[in-house]
Amino acid sequence: MKTKPRDKALMTLLGWGVAFIVFFPVLWMALASVKTELDAVATPPKILFRPTLENYAEINQRADYLKFFTNSIVESVGATLVCLLLAAPAAYAMAFFPTRKTKDILMWMLSTKMMPAVGVLVPIYILAIQTHLLDTWAGMIIVYTLMNLPIVVWMLYSFFREVPKEILEAARMDGATPRQQLLELLLPLSLPGIMSTALLSIIICWNEAFWSINLTASKAAPLTAFIASFSSPEGLFWAKLSAASLLAIAPILVFGWLTQKQLVRGLTFGAVK
Amino acid sequence: MRFARFCGMTALGLIAGTLAAQAETKLTIATVNNGDMIIMQKLSSAFEKANPDIKLDWVVLEENVLRQRVTTDIATKGGSFDVMTIGAYEAPIWGKQGWLVPLDDFGADYDYADLVPQVKDGLSVGGKMYAAPFYAESSLTFYRKDLFEKAGIKMAEKPTYAQIAEYANKLSDKKDGIYGICLRGKPGWGENMAWLGTAAVAFGGSWFDEQWKPQFTTEPWKETIKWYLDVMKKDGPPGAAANGYNENRALFATGKCGMWIDATVTAGYLYNPKESQVADKVAFAPAPITDANPKASGWFWSWALGVPASSKNAEAAKKFVQWATSKDYVKLVGESEGWIAAPPGTRMSTYSNPEYKKVAPFADFVLNAIETTNPAKPTVKPVPYTGVQFAAIPEFQGIGTTAGQDVAAALAGSSTGDQALAKAQASAERTMKQAGYPK
Repeated sequence: MKTKPRDKALMTLLGWGVAFIVFFPVLWMALASVKTELDAVATPPKILFRPTLENYAEINQRADYLKFFTNSIVESVGATLVCLLLAAPAAYAMAFFPTRKTKDILMWMLSTKMMPAVGVLVPIYILAIQTHLLDTWAGMIIVYTLMNLPIVVWMLYSFFREVPKEILEAARMDGATPRQQLLELLLPLSLPGIMSTALLSIIICWNEAFWSINLTASKAAPLTAFIASFSSPEGLFWAKLSAASLLAIAPILVFGWLTQKQLVRGLTFGAVK
Repeated sequence: MRFARFCGMTALGLIAGTLAAQAETKLTIATVNNGDMIIMQKLSSAFEKANPDIKLDWVVLEENVLRQRVTTDIATKGGSFDVMTIGAYEAPIWGKQGWLVPLDDFGADYDYADLVPQVKDGLSVGGKMYAAPFYAESSLTFYRKDLFEKAGIKMAEKPTYAQIAEYANKLSDKKDGIYGICLRGKPGWGENMAWLGTAAVAFGGSWFDEQWKPQFTTEPWKETIKWYLDVMKKDGPPGAAANGYNENRALFATGKCGMWIDATVTAGYLYNPKESQVADKVAFAPAPITDANPKASGWFWSWALGVPASSKNAEAAKKFVQWATSKDYVKLVGESEGWIAAPPGTRMSTYSNPEYKKVAPFADFVLNAIETTNPAKPTVKPVPYTGVQFAAIPEFQGIGTTAGQDVAAALAGSSTGDQALAKAQASAERTMKQAGYPK
């Protein structure tokens, strides 16, 4: 059945409309970042204004962006790598050698995501103190790994299940060990899925604010802590906060843009299938 | 030979570098993102220059996030911070717990006698000061003199709540987007309840009686809430239940409010044309009173710097606190940032400085407001706690925030004032019983 041109135009318009609504907060944030503080809080909102870069200059003067940026990169990429190392064998075992309890284990793993993080703040904080991992890269990588592990296992499990069992059986017939099957067959076959899982994990780590603010101070604080430092209980801060937020999301926005094909494929063929 | 020399030099360099790093003390300072603290961060290079063996690392956070962060750290003896920015609420509670290092050995140069006594007392337990005051504030009534003139009214020298309601009614011009009065509505013990708690004191009320029984359902609280809801619904801005200090400050600074009763520290911003569109139209009067408590004079708050007992660099941290709260620091701010930016409310010498008085027409007024507030005896009837807009007990945060949510719901129209107070009372009684009061 062919789509009528009018319907097609309507769908296009709807698509653009929804895209604009989704994009609007980012656009508004970008606009606020080049306003003065008074223009940023003006009611009714100012559409026409004289743009200024003074917020960026002040942010640059007050905080070391590069330090926060480096911490964000190391922690999100580090946690994603450790997560994949742990999750791949687990998902492999569950996808190809399931037992009666496999589904229960998967559900239990997912259920840990439902617990509010603040409920375990004090025990984790004390553990971090005693293991000297407070405000360190290693501490944050461990916490992010634990935080993302359920999602990563679930996603990899779904991708692995897409691989026909017969291929692995054929490899077994040819004498391949489980390790060889995983490393030489399964991983290359599900590489697109693994990549999209990794991308999603990096994005989740990058945006995580609760643990990063609570478990870091000056050494390992990532960009979420950088944003938080520009919010204030006293005084006008919207313009500076917008500028800081834009600086914080810019790298991940570009990263997401460049990898959107893989991301979309991962999300549509993966765990949310 | 050349290679051996190179290796030797490298090794020497590494050893020297390690020794230098060991000799250097790193202080991690947790602070809020308020204007005065940003200036402190900016000027701290002067401290580092004078103390080359001490390096400062800053952790700047929003007030509520900071409070949660430093509370977790100090209660678990985490030792993440060497200096913490805390308020008049935390200092006595944490001091009593032994979580803070006493700060009463700064020496004669520090001039303890120059500290405003009420501020110092508010940060002390058993005569020992546990946090050094950085700036302090009370509350004032800010108003627009041009709008008052236009309405043909004059602000009373010491306004009453009844008069404020009258003025608000006359100033309102909702068609032109002018609201007679703007007050805090956002729920939170430090937001709407700080304002309402102070008003309740002026109406003759208190948080607790001498037996630690919560007082939300007493007559003064009922009158307070009735006044607040009436005036806000009639002459307040729309969506007031979402307006905290910052939102009201933006509304007043952009010319939307006829009056605003809030922190004295705001005066410096409202008189600054860079921050306020109404800089030449602002005037101020004391916080309102009622016949039930004609001596009431607004709230009392101070931001202070404390050194946690878990700090591994307590001596260096004390050195920094001493520098940042000294008379010399006030002078440094005055000379480099302009005297209007000098941290207010902590040192008597600031208020006798002619240069400060010249640029801050509100100076005496603010000092008077702070001096006439007595957090140790805040209410008409005797009470077992200290604090005006808060009661300095650990249970208060929860009680205040829950009550704040009930009152905000009433302001948004989903319950009545009496229902909100009854709910707050029941919840507060439950909390106090669980905590084992009366103790």
